[in-house]
Amino acid sequence: MQTEEMIIINEFCIHHNIDPGFIDALKNSGLIEVTITGEKLFMPESQLPYLEKLVRLHYEMDINLEGIETITYLLNRMTDMQQQIMHLNNRLLIYENV
Amino acid sequence: MEFIDYYKILGIDKSASEEDIKKAYRKLARKLHPDLNPNDKAAHQKFQQINEANEVLSDPEKRKKYDTYGKDWQHADQFEQQKKSRQQSQNAGGQQFYENAGDSDFSSFFDSMFGGAGSSRQTKFRGQDYNAELKLQLTDALFTHQQTLTVNNKNIRITIPAGIENGQVIKLKGYGAPGVHGGPAGDLYITFIIAPHPQFRRSGNDLFTTAKIDLYTALLGGDTTLETLNGKVKLAVKPETQPGTRIRLKGKGFPVYKKENEYGDLYITYEVTLPTNLTEEQQKLFTELSNLK
Repeated sequence: MQTEEMIIINEFCIHHNIDPGFIDALKNSGLIEVTITGEKLFMPESQLPYLEKLVRLHYEMDINLEGIETITYLLNRMTDMQQQIMHLNNRLLIYENV
Repeated sequence: MEFIDYYKILGIDKSASEEDIKKAYRKLARKLHPDLNPNDKAAHQKFQQINEANEVLSDPEKRKKYDTYGKDWQHADQFEQQKKSRQQSQNAGGQQFYENAGDSDFSSFFDSMFGGAGSSRQTKFRGQDYNAELKLQLTDALFTHQQTLTVNNKNIRITIPAGIENGQVIKLKGYGAPGVHGGPAGDLYITFIIAPHPQFRRSGNDLFTTAKIDLYTALLGGDTTLETLNGKVKLAVKPETQPGTRIRLKGKGFPVYKKENEYGDLYITYEVTLPTNLTEEQQKLFTELSNLK
């Protein structure tokens, strides 16, 4: 069985000096998924870089929640397209190396 | 060391208020922040510049120093030295101001003006991301293996999963430049460059190659042995196999990335080699054959 380390969201907020309400807003907009155990909110440690990125977008660049949603969507599309370009380039190589 | 116009970098004039600076910085950060420009080195460099400009101009003390010496910064050294020599007996620590902070995300101009990455800054900044390329042979990507990389004199042992693709990028969190003022370290992005193989071409998880068979095997059928990336395979060639015929060996291709025991297919195209230096008897027999058609 695979296990994953979880982080307590409240501690994350204290460490980064951010308002827990922001995490609630991210959760409500579906940008992050959290696990609730008792009264505490947790999220997988693997999601930490993603959450830190959302925090930077909001607190360093002053981007509101709607902006973050749009950026996240566009960045995901960009990643998919880059992946597609990489596959197509590799397929082209087949013909170029003949 | 080139003079850097921080006002120009932020697109503001010298009379800009703190609010103007903040606004200009945020506007540019929204365009150039590494989070919004993954793998874009040019954007990362520009972001570093605006970060540095903001670092100086948003701090009233630094801004004052920059405004005083900035334009004629080359003379700042002389000015400070004159001042120092006057105060030599009382002030021994003056030279610290000009000490280079060594490796830093800031320009040498910044270092010379402010002695390193701004010791009074309170804002936590994430370290710069590093990009590296790792060249592999096609056969290296066949198996999951470990390699040690040296990045900025630090040895990093990484596991390269079987089936990694040419151009694929993996991120090693926290292996980039250290953060500033307790900020998180940047990440290390490794792009894998897989060299073309002389005999095998790869498309996704499938491999393509050619097998040479002689005329007689092509006409009458028979067996031939092919050296694949995983060892030899015996191929049963059907009678009357045409040149350019392609066959597929299921599951003999490339391993699927991060999927254990899953493999693509191997496609083999037959190339028929014609006999040369025919003996008289062979010529006679081929002529007879030719007359039979």
